Amino acid sequence: MDLRAQAQRWQRWLFRLQPEGGAVRLERRRIYILPTRSGLLYALALVVMLLGAINYDLALGHALVFLLAGLGLVAMVHTFRNLLGLGLQAGTVAPVFAGEQARLTLHLDRPDPRPRRALALDAGAGPILAELELPDSSSVSLPLPPQPRGYRPLPRLTVASVYPLGLFRAWAYFLPAARHLVYPAPLSSPLPRARSVPQAGDSRGGNGQEDFAGLRPRQPADPLRHIAWKAAAREPAERPLPVKHFAGGGAEEIRLDWQDLPSGCDVEQGLSLLTGWVLAAEAEGLSYGLQLPGVDIPRGSGPAHRQRCLETLALWSPPGARQP
Amino acid sequence: MNWRLPWRRQRRPLPSPLPHSVLPWLLLCALATAGPHTLHQPLWLTAIAGLVLAWRAWLWLRQLPLPPRWLLSLVSLGSLAAIVVEYRTLLGRDAGVSLLVLFLALKLMELRQRRDGVVVLMLGYFLLLTHYFHSQSIPTGLWMLLALVLLTATLLRLHGDDRARPLASLRYAGVLTLQALPFMLVLYLLFPRISGPLWGLPRDAHAGLSGLSETMAPGSLANLIQNGSIAFRVQFQGETPPRAQLYWRGPVLDHFADGVWRARFLPHRKPQVEARGPEVAYVTTLEPHNQRWLLALDSPTAVPAEASIGHDLQVLAPAPLTSRSRQAFRSVLDYRHNRQEQPLVLQRALQLPAERNPRTRELAEQWRRADPRPASLVQRALAHFRQEPFFYTLRAPLLGRDGVDEFLFATRRGFCEHYASAFVVLMRAAGVPARVVTGYQGGDINPVDGYLTVRQSDAHAWAEVWLEDQGWRRVDPTSAISPARIEAGIAAALPDDEALPLLARVDLDWLVRLRHRWEAANNAWNQWVLGYTPERQRQLLSRLGLQQPDWRNMSAALAAACGLLLLLLTLWSLGRRPRLAPEERLWQRFCRRSARLAPDLARAPWEGPLAYGRRLGERLPTLAPQAEAIAGLYATLRYGPPLAPRDRQQLLERLAACIRELPSRRPS
Repeated sequence: MDLRAQAQRWQRWLFRLQPEGGAVRLERRRIYILPTRSGLLYALALVVMLLGAINYDLALGHALVFLLAGLGLVAMVHTFRNLLGLGLQAGTVAPVFAGEQARLTLHLDRPDPRPRRALALDAGAGPILAELELPDSSSVSLPLPPQPRGYRPLPRLTVASVYPLGLFRAWAYFLPAARHLVYPAPLSSPLPRARSVPQAGDSRGGNGQEDFAGLRPRQPADPLRHIAWKAAAREPAERPLPVKHFAGGGAEEIRLDWQDLPSGCDVEQGLSLLTGWVLAAEAEGLSYGLQLPGVDIPRGSGPAHRQRCLETLALWSPPGARQP
Repeated sequence: MNWRLPWRRQRRPLPSPLPHSVLPWLLLCALATAGPHTLHQPLWLTAIAGLVLAWRAWLWLRQLPLPPRWLLSLVSLGSLAAIVVEYRTLLGRDAGVSLLVLFLALKLMELRQRRDGVVVLMLGYFLLLTHYFHSQSIPTGLWMLLALVLLTATLLRLHGDDRARPLASLRYAGVLTLQALPFMLVLYLLFPRISGPLWGLPRDAHAGLSGLSETMAPGSLANLIQNGSIAFRVQFQGETPPRAQLYWRGPVLDHFADGVWRARFLPHRKPQVEARGPEVAYVTTLEPHNQRWLLALDSPTAVPAEASIGHDLQVLAPAPLTSRSRQAFRSVLDYRHNRQEQPLVLQRALQLPAERNPRTRELAEQWRRADPRPASLVQRALAHFRQEPFFYTLRAPLLGRDGVDEFLFATRRGFCEHYASAFVVLMRAAGVPARVVTGYQGGDINPVDGYLTVRQSDAHAWAEVWLEDQGWRRVDPTSAISPARIEAGIAAALPDDEALPLLARVDLDWLVRLRHRWEAANNAWNQWVLGYTPERQRQLLSRLGLQQPDWRNMSAALAAACGLLLLLLTLWSLGRRPRLAPEERLWQRFCRRSARLAPDLARAPWEGPLAYGRRLGERLPTLAPQAEAIAGLYATLRYGPPLAPRDRQQLLERLAACIRELPSRRPS
């Protein structure tokens, strides 16, 4: 019996969890609240204090206990109120390689000027504290738990708060109807032998190595030595860093082929090796194509081409197997 | 197995290390809650707690690491041992409070997690309660309220407010406390009260209460008189009798030995009191004195149901009074008491220690030979006090073995107990049954609330003699020496240079007025806050219409009231709509109205005001000028440059007028 699946089904029923697209506003019915451990300690302290007040016949002791009890009740309402009306909207998740931490940009807003403090946002990879004070909305970069390659649905998000007194914890769930892409984890290994195709003077297509052709914003795969440090220093605020863009030269051509993988590696390892090759080829400014059983991507280079290759690797499954 | 209940949090919602900036708050909380205990706890404990606090503050300032666990364990074990040595126990009230103070101080030394901070604050809340062991006065209550707000503000700062301004935290804590007040009131009034104690009280529970004692020795009352605290308060129904008749009867002492007067047990018998004047009715509010006697005017005729009245007119409660209590009495001021007295009582009223005070006996014998009638013997003795050079003073010299002899023939300086004692000894030696009565005499009317206030400094001792046909008659020898004591009070009777508690002096007018106000406030506090006993609760609830209040319907009423309050609070705090700017309100009204004209005319969320106005105009050409004017006005008000208040008002009025003129149906 799969207890975990059972629990998930039960949770889905109990908390009415359904993927939701677009912005979500936390209404009364989707906020849950229960006392925390501090709250239970507080209640215990109050019971003991009440017994003491009765035993020693302390009128003010009664008053103190009752005031503290009232404070607990008031804190419950205020904790609930800290979440009520909060608006949540899932933003984008930049694709990552498997094993890396993906981050979801979550937009928060509120319908009224009340500040919202100490909001703990959690997607299953550790909570992030957020606050909504001055501006109407703010964005939080929320770490997501690591996932295997492929399109992955966003995990269930938890928004929780124990503010103001830590006696109660109010929380709400949000299951955004969105997915994010996870590339295979890259494995670095030497590139297969390249075939050089002389293309001197050709600057239309891919990138070359020799002639300086201007500056462009840096892509994550650009080698460090291409960064135009001087230009970057001139405009320190400019991000991302400018890199020198070269054209011409003998663009080397390489074919990254499933067949060239060392024998004995399984599908995932193979995909990882191919991913590593794609990154290496892109970093070296090669023109590369990708061949997998059933897929053939013609030669090319540049960010769009790289992304196409990586996406193909992320989603590829051997013919006859289930889609990952 | 990675299966958890859904509400079990998988991780702490907040990172748990304690925010560095919260520490001064925690230190302040410790000072505010443990500080006042320095008045009641041993000095060494104060020293240890103070040192630990100072050490912790220094570590925080220098950002030094906390001391190792073994050192803390050593300090705590040592202090535990010291507490055991000091109190002979770890349980009980005072030892428990000392333990709490110690824990609080030491917990500050191991603040690593947020949880530790929470524990410190819970200890602080608990310590607040323990102050009421010593005092439940208005200032204590206020101080505790302030400390509670401080503790709550610190709890706030522990849970996410740590970067807010200190005043903002205090304000929020104050708001929370204010919102908790209605709950406190409801719970205070309706929570079914149980009279303590639930378990045995330690012997120290009611230590340090002052009042009359069961014995009277020379000097015992003079000590009590230095105490300006209030013994009881009286509310008369109708006129307050003249001061000289206000004799509040306390313990009656009939056995004299070794210079000390004591009461001896007598089998219970109903007293016979013949009223010779009108009754007065009054209610006394007696401060706890940890004794059974109640104080009533001579002579009580009706006493509270649970109390009993002895043959000597002493009124006794069923148990020692450990809390302030109210009793309703009726008394007659002119009466005859026990004209037929038991022989045993009369025999005891003649007892004298043999071979003591020979000169006093000789004097009494002389008087008796001259005139054996008891009434003239009484007059003779009073005349003796009046004519011989006797002084009324608090500074009486110490007396030896034959104390009454020394007083009557040598020192001749004394206080009421000296005169009462000497008088009774003289009477007994002359063969007249006599005894000593202690109690209070007089009292001051507080002009603010009309209560008669009787202080410990009004303590008094007088004598009673039993005369054939008249029964027991009160004789106050003090009035023979110092009539002012009876007519005007102790302050008027004593020489100016004698020390009296400041509050018992009547010559400082402004001080007296201030004192009256303060005591009236205290009295109201005592009557309505502290004196809210199970009986008062029952009375109040019956008056509110709750028939036969018991814990069941009281709990029901309590739950209903708390639920209602919670509902109100929820509605108030959750249901509040955000306050919109006036132009925003008008614009939304406009959008609602135009959406009612046709569903497809509703404004799309992304549509700006001008674009929407244009679209409306295109769809409904008859409304085009109006719609565009409204959109333009709104855009100017909302997004345009700031306007002078008058212009702004004009535009708002125009906008409102335009919207009013919109048709409610789609023009055909």
